[in-house]
Amino acid sequence: MSRPRSEPVAAEGPEPSAASGTAVPDPSGSSRRRARRRLPEGTIGLGIGSLWLSIIVLLPLAAVAAKALDGGLGDFWDAATAPAARSALGLTLVVSAIIAIVNAVTGTLIAWVLVRDEFPGKRVVNALIDLPFAIPTIVASIVLLSLYGSDSPLGLHLIATRPIIVIALMFVTLPFVVRSVQPVLMEADREAEQAAATLGASNLTIFRRIILPTIGPALLSGIGLAFARAIGEYGSVVLVDGNIPFKTQVTSQYIAQRIESNQDGAVDTAAAANSIVLLLIAFFVLLALRLIANRGSRHHAR
Amino acid sequence: MRVSRRAQLSLRTLALAYLTILLLIPLGIIFYRTFEHGVSAVVDSITTPAAVSAFWLTIEIVGIAVVLNTIFGVLLALALVRSKIRGKGLIQAVVDLPFAVSPVVVGVSLILVYGTNGWFGTWFVDNGLQIIFSVPGMVLATIFVTVPFVVREVEPVLREIGTEQEEAAATLGASRWQAFWRITLPSIRWGLGYGVILTIARALGEYGGVSLVSQSKPGESQTLTLLVKSRYDNLDVSGAYAAATLLMVIAVVALIVMTVLDRKKTNA
Repeated sequence: MSRPRSEPVAAEGPEPSAASGTAVPDPSGSSRRRARRRLPEGTIGLGIGSLWLSIIVLLPLAAVAAKALDGGLGDFWDAATAPAARSALGLTLVVSAIIAIVNAVTGTLIAWVLVRDEFPGKRVVNALIDLPFAIPTIVASIVLLSLYGSDSPLGLHLIATRPIIVIALMFVTLPFVVRSVQPVLMEADREAEQAAATLGASNLTIFRRIILPTIGPALLSGIGLAFARAIGEYGSVVLVDGNIPFKTQVTSQYIAQRIESNQDGAVDTAAAANSIVLLLIAFFVLLALRLIANRGSRHHAR
Repeated sequence: MRVSRRAQLSLRTLALAYLTILLLIPLGIIFYRTFEHGVSAVVDSITTPAAVSAFWLTIEIVGIAVVLNTIFGVLLALALVRSKIRGKGLIQAVVDLPFAVSPVVVGVSLILVYGTNGWFGTWFVDNGLQIIFSVPGMVLATIFVTVPFVVREVEPVLREIGTEQEEAAATLGASRWQAFWRITLPSIRWGLGYGVILTIARALGEYGGVSLVSQSKPGESQTLTLLVKSRYDNLDVSGAYAAATLLMVIAVVALIVMTVLDRKKTNA
């Protein structure tokens, strides 16, 4: 950006008057002025943006961390490992792991069908995939209630059981893997697959050795997003899971219940500590994904 | 991979069956349940004073969240693309953070800052502004969960268009402001539109965070999502279905706009 100066020595002089005294033309000066005008642009924007993020996102989260730790690490640990909290977290993790596996299979299948198959109405199906992102979670909950509740037309009564939690989460996490894998599959090089087929490789081998490595990073990222979403999900399970401690209570509901059972709606250490546990799990999952994605793209660049 | 016709058909059937069972049947049933007592019953149910007030409160909260997130989102996207300062990675991570935060945790965190026993709760109440159990808290929760969308949609577009046109405009004597309105904004419009519609969809449906910071008083601090829950709790199941269907119709409209914008965005 800096223009080569006509008189390097004079321009480097300590006194500005000396520089102007040499009657060196303005361009360097004006370019410097422009450079000075340019620099604050990004800086001021970044400053205001960071302030906004701090007030909206970081300050509240810092308050949770402070509350979780204000009785020391011992209290934090006790709150996070209280029997009801531990059971809720265990259920949350198991259910989210099931969601991750289910999505890995069904998401890849749907993405494959949407990319490699042709059939009438494909575009409608493609648009439908985003529906769970658009539908409010509480609506998802009431939708499942109408299908699996006491007046279920199918005679299925799954309310207040563990399977309904999985179904609710399958509904809200449907788009993640499909939308991550689909674009990669679309751009995948099919010549390698054809070459492998010509050399006598079976479809299973081609899928394992060629397609899976190609979609691997995208698949992993979709699974991770679905898992992180499942960990903290609240609205879609709130009407259907019955919220029974030690049976169907997930961590988000455990936290909400702690607050609702306090008269003035205050947050106690148990609610704050378990919030931090949820945050940390989701944060590390997403961090691991970013690291894997970065490594993947570097490999790709090589 | 060359798949036999039979394998292809069975894969297709599997995928479509999964989508039908998971999505279509439940949605069909809720539509049926909503309208089984006639359209007029539904209309009555979504035009009660509580429902109308919930609708307008939802619009108000969504509106505030969209405006603020658009202004600060575009600003942040511009700064993240154009600035060469180190430590941008950290800001990027903070922008994504709301994706990793459970809505319930959002509610918890706001209570701890602005609640009666919170960091600044007493100060705000002394100055006549109640945030928790009131509309400002619901607005804050909604803004929190929708922070990433505009930034994430606008940033890649800005990266792609570069700064050449703006520099040309500057050479021709345009001010910063003119260059932004005439050059930058038109070129990011589809990406921005997509980000805004994602923000609207997410804000409309926000429940977990809002439910913790609102007392859900009909006509006062009840959004459409809270109305669905409160009607269900009061055993007004058909009323809850009607309100849910109203939300779902809005969601489908948002989805259609999303699809159109997405196509424009990729074609632009």
